[in-house]
Amino acid sequence: MTLWEIDIHPAEGMPDAEGRRIAADAGDLGLPANLTIRAAHGYLLQGDLEREQVERLAAELFSDSVVERTVVAPIGDSLLNQSPEAFDGQPLLIHVLRKPGVMDPVAQSAEQAIADFGLQVDAIRTLRKYWVGGLDSAEVALFGSKILANDSIEQIMLGPLELTELHVGSPYVFQLVTVPIRELDDDSLWRLSREGQLYLTLVEMQTIQQYYRDLGRDPTDIELESLAQTWSEHCSHKTLAGRIAYRDENGEQRFENMLKETIFAATQEIRRRWGADDWCVSVFKDNAGVVRFDDQYNVVFKVETHNHPSALEPYGGANTGIGGVIRDPMGTGMGAKPVCNTDVFCFAPPDTPSQSLPPGVLHPRRVMKGVVSGVRDYGNRMGIPTVNGALYFDPRYLGNPLVYCGNVGLLPVDQSHKQPRAGDWIVAIGGRTGRDGIHGATFSSAELTSESETVSGGAVQIGNAITEKMVLDVLLQARERGLYNAVTDCGAGGFSSAVGEMGEEIGAEVWLERAPLKYEGLTYTEIWISEAQERMVLSVSPQHWEEFAALCRSEGVEATIIGRFEPTGRLELKYDGTTVGQLTMEFLHGGRPPVVREAVYQPLPVQPLARAGEDDSSEFSRIPLRGEVVVDDEQDHSATVKKILGSLNVASKEWVIRQYDHEVQGGSAIKPLVGAANDGPGDAAVLRPVISSNRGLVIACGMNPRYGDLDPYRMAASAIDEAVRNCVAVGADPQRIAILDNFCWGYTDRPETLGSLVRAALACRDLAVALGTPFISGKDSLNNEFSYEDADGRRQTISIPPSLLISAMGQVDDVRHCVTMDLKEPGNLIYLIGLTHNELGGSHYALVHGLTGGQAPAVDPDLARRTFAGMHAAIRAGAVRACHDLSEGGLAVALAEMAFAGGWGARVSLDAVPHGVRPGDTPSLESILLFAESNSRFLCEVAPNRQQEFEQRLSGVPHALIGQVTAEAELAILSTADGEQRVVVAADVPVLKEAWQKPLRW
Amino acid sequence: MATPRVLVLRAPGTNCDQETAFAFERAGGRAEVAHVNRLLENPQMPAEFQILCIPGGFSFGDDIAAGKIFANVIRHHLNETLTEFKAAGKLVLGICNGFQVLIKSGLLLADVDAGPPATLMWNDSGKYEDRWVRLQTEGESCVFLRGIDRLELPVAHAEGKFVARDADTLTGLESRQQLCLRYDGHRIGGQIGYPENPNGSQADVAGICDETGRVFGLMPHPERNIDATHHPQWTRRPACEHGDGLQIFRNAIAYFA
Repeated sequence: MTLWEIDIHPAEGMPDAEGRRIAADAGDLGLPANLTIRAAHGYLLQGDLEREQVERLAAELFSDSVVERTVVAPIGDSLLNQSPEAFDGQPLLIHVLRKPGVMDPVAQSAEQAIADFGLQVDAIRTLRKYWVGGLDSAEVALFGSKILANDSIEQIMLGPLELTELHVGSPYVFQLVTVPIRELDDDSLWRLSREGQLYLTLVEMQTIQQYYRDLGRDPTDIELESLAQTWSEHCSHKTLAGRIAYRDENGEQRFENMLKETIFAATQEIRRRWGADDWCVSVFKDNAGVVRFDDQYNVVFKVETHNHPSALEPYGGANTGIGGVIRDPMGTGMGAKPVCNTDVFCFAPPDTPSQSLPPGVLHPRRVMKGVVSGVRDYGNRMGIPTVNGALYFDPRYLGNPLVYCGNVGLLPVDQSHKQPRAGDWIVAIGGRTGRDGIHGATFSSAELTSESETVSGGAVQIGNAITEKMVLDVLLQARERGLYNAVTDCGAGGFSSAVGEMGEEIGAEVWLERAPLKYEGLTYTEIWISEAQERMVLSVSPQHWEEFAALCRSEGVEATIIGRFEPTGRLELKYDGTTVGQLTMEFLHGGRPPVVREAVYQPLPVQPLARAGEDDSSEFSRIPLRGEVVVDDEQDHSATVKKILGSLNVASKEWVIRQYDHEVQGGSAIKPLVGAANDGPGDAAVLRPVISSNRGLVIACGMNPRYGDLDPYRMAASAIDEAVRNCVAVGADPQRIAILDNFCWGYTDRPETLGSLVRAALACRDLAVALGTPFISGKDSLNNEFSYEDADGRRQTISIPPSLLISAMGQVDDVRHCVTMDLKEPGNLIYLIGLTHNELGGSHYALVHGLTGGQAPAVDPDLARRTFAGMHAAIRAGAVRACHDLSEGGLAVALAEMAFAGGWGARVSLDAVPHGVRPGDTPSLESILLFAESNSRFLCEVAPNRQQEFEQRLSGVPHALIGQVTAEAELAILSTADGEQRVVVAADVPVLKEAWQKPLRW
Repeated sequence: MATPRVLVLRAPGTNCDQETAFAFERAGGRAEVAHVNRLLENPQMPAEFQILCIPGGFSFGDDIAAGKIFANVIRHHLNETLTEFKAAGKLVLGICNGFQVLIKSGLLLADVDAGPPATLMWNDSGKYEDRWVRLQTEGESCVFLRGIDRLELPVAHAEGKFVARDADTLTGLESRQQLCLRYDGHRIGGQIGYPENPNGSQADVAGICDETGRVFGLMPHPERNIDATHHPQWTRRPACEHGDGLQIFRNAIAYFA
């Protein structure tokens, strides 16, 4: 048996794109710019192969002779080490291989493809190799770990490859493990929880201890793990769905179940109000929320986070994040067909100096590139358009970036509920089970530290999108044929959660040795809790098994019976006939002691908008500090507009958006980028999920972490207002918008941190009820903090800002009535709808001028509701040519965006702008009217012949004609003060566009 | 003549099969989506169809190279079947990943001694991109492009840069009017720059046909521009009945009328 290596190089005269990319990345890191790098990639093949067979594979499978050349040799042959060209001096040869057991989709496909040649290999792995000149030995480690590879999934080998065989796994010898906990004292219980990565609280450990004392035995390891998974924050949301004693300026409030009494309660109240017109179908119950779409279909929506894995391995974390959330709609009801994705990320600024990074932190630029590629490669391969997203930057996301991934699915009305049956087979389909993702659920509930990488490496995974696509293909066919009774996804907790949840009302017996494995050596417990990707669990009646199995075979999808639902009320886990675990469903799902937490919220006194004080020494400081009041009348508003357009949160995200396929499935109606050059920032995406129909889905989001520092209530209310108004701006019916909440917060054991979250949840309840926008699903991710030791050995903690993402899913009767935000025609009128207040706190005006304090924007719920209704009526009547919501940067920025998206100019006056600014408010009235981020506001372009109709539709809400679209590409904003009209903003539209496009044009 | 039947052939990872079948139906055909495994089990299957289409997606994950593994499945098992299909005067269309499969399988351009005469390699930009392009047709030979002079369609790919094995190959293809679909835009020194030529293709090639004009592969997605609301600027323009791309499917159906 020989270990062969096939290297693929660019052919003579072809560019070495990978080498250039690496050299550029090295430059970004501050390594010498004169590095010479040549790159190749390759395959290691182990098996009984003759040279000519390997050469045939190299020529016909692994390379493209038009643009590539190959080097084929057995490992150890010096031919493999020869640099593709002459270097000055001896270049260093560096190999990068995935660590054993890490998913390698290319190797998997290659194995199949080789079999199609009638050849057989025992094992195959991919590799990358680099010849590097100009690097001194001290820089090699940095270069390797920061540029070439990620330690959590890859290994670096310097010099010639010294492998003799590819080896994964070794035989497993069964041994039943029990954990003696009955006699442990509290300290030992606590240690067991931490060191065993169970991450249960002491009270929970004590509850488990008592349960086993009563049973008169000790638990097995698999029982403890099952309890830890099921009781984890990630799976049970015990903090927010738990008891909370909350205090604020209005006194104390006690919640038995905080989420139930705020967010769920709002939905219940709305549904009661609707009575027979209720269009919610299933909320906060299944893997995703379900609402009615048309007579034939319902739509489902779920958004999840995958923050901690993305911090360690951005590509894999985001990859499996999107892969995981796609399985939620697939596991909702009898299985929905995914129709679009949405992705929102929070990073530290990409220009953060490398030297300032705490240990264990990847550079934010690398995190961002990795996350975007991870989402891109999975979403695109699944054939699901990614239509909506956002990026937010704040230094506090440095060690703990946020990765929100969402998926919408289409579900036939009569397939919206599932019912597993006693006697059904428990069937696993899709990917095989490996050691990947062990302890993902408990890990995501723990705080990140600079050591997380070594402790929790197993929680980091790479996905294989094609496996999931194949699962989807058979799932939808099996659903149509009625071949199963229930389906759910294998997410956090793996089989443990999937089988545990599905069998909750029945009972189940599981035969763990039957689960197909990626490699030998997994213990029964590892099989049970592995979070290996691309797996679904189904409940299949025995009479349908043959047909189901045949369907899976016909598409090359593995399907295996791993147990049976039994009417015992117990979870019985067996390995080769031996019982390894036995738990009552009652204790598993109902035994967790209630968590009782303290939450405190103290409103911050409103400070005037001011320059950040000198003592604001920490860049991660949350509290706005006092300082001198800045009166900025002299400030150059035109320059401010440019600065805000070029600030990272506002700047064009085209670099990201274009890497996502946003048109697959053929239903794209309003794309994420719109306008004369297809590059303006659309408010919301619209698609037709049923391509034979014109009924549309509208997807948007809202998020304002900056407001949360001042007032979490206003932050949450603003996020809801923003998500809803984005939908309304393109034409969605405000009576048919469903919303989702995703709370990402810091360490909620701190009463103040939890208090700010409760405060935000109260806003969610109030706004949802007032606007009639039900929450249909949600998810929280707590303990988003990063801890490390600084150079002086002191422990430092960076907590993320409170980050509530609101995702919105609206509907339109006919997509042909939708509008976009780009200005359409000179001579048309420009209207501002809504009221502007002195609300510059947390604004981008404050950000670019380094100001703190001020008031975050509030929402007037009644005015918001009436405004949305009026806007919808005007759009539906065809009276609106363009519509854009006002958000970051306020009126001036929204108008600039409309102008450059349309390729026209605009001339408007501030004089008629409806506002609630009081005389003497600071900064100047002009600054407030130009840049305040007050909610529920829109800019509309209206053709002169539709003026009357437009004004009539909006007669009940503040609105004003403020100017006109102009043919010259110039933005002019005028203001009259003391009887004198002045130009307060004057800028060339192309200059503004360049300022907006430049920062993230990578 | 009965309604022409279209076989939309999918593999693991194909993901544009539904909308492509829909486009053929809208153009008046009768489309059926089948997994390549059905064809392997029953190589006689295509005999009942007039048009074969390999749609877009990531067949076998595009692992190793885009379309490569699917192309090898065709080379190893379906070459005879599909050569017969072509010889019977029928039509073959490959869109995006389907084009990559056609060119790498030898169905579109016959192999020379060293292998396929041309390929589709990584975009010059080094990344996957979804963007709209303007296109111009060349010559009269391609059945699918009859009566079309210019059109706009989206591209969405990472490996779409057309490269011929050598200059003679390119000239030969050009002189036989096989380089039938080109990216259109502003020319600077005879070349169209990025992003109008989105991937750096030689001679701005977006699609090519075989010598008969009946086998056609293209990187842009015509099935993504068949509806009145597909074009990114439909809100700026007078309402239209359908998108530019529909004519390609209509031409295919009309060929059998």
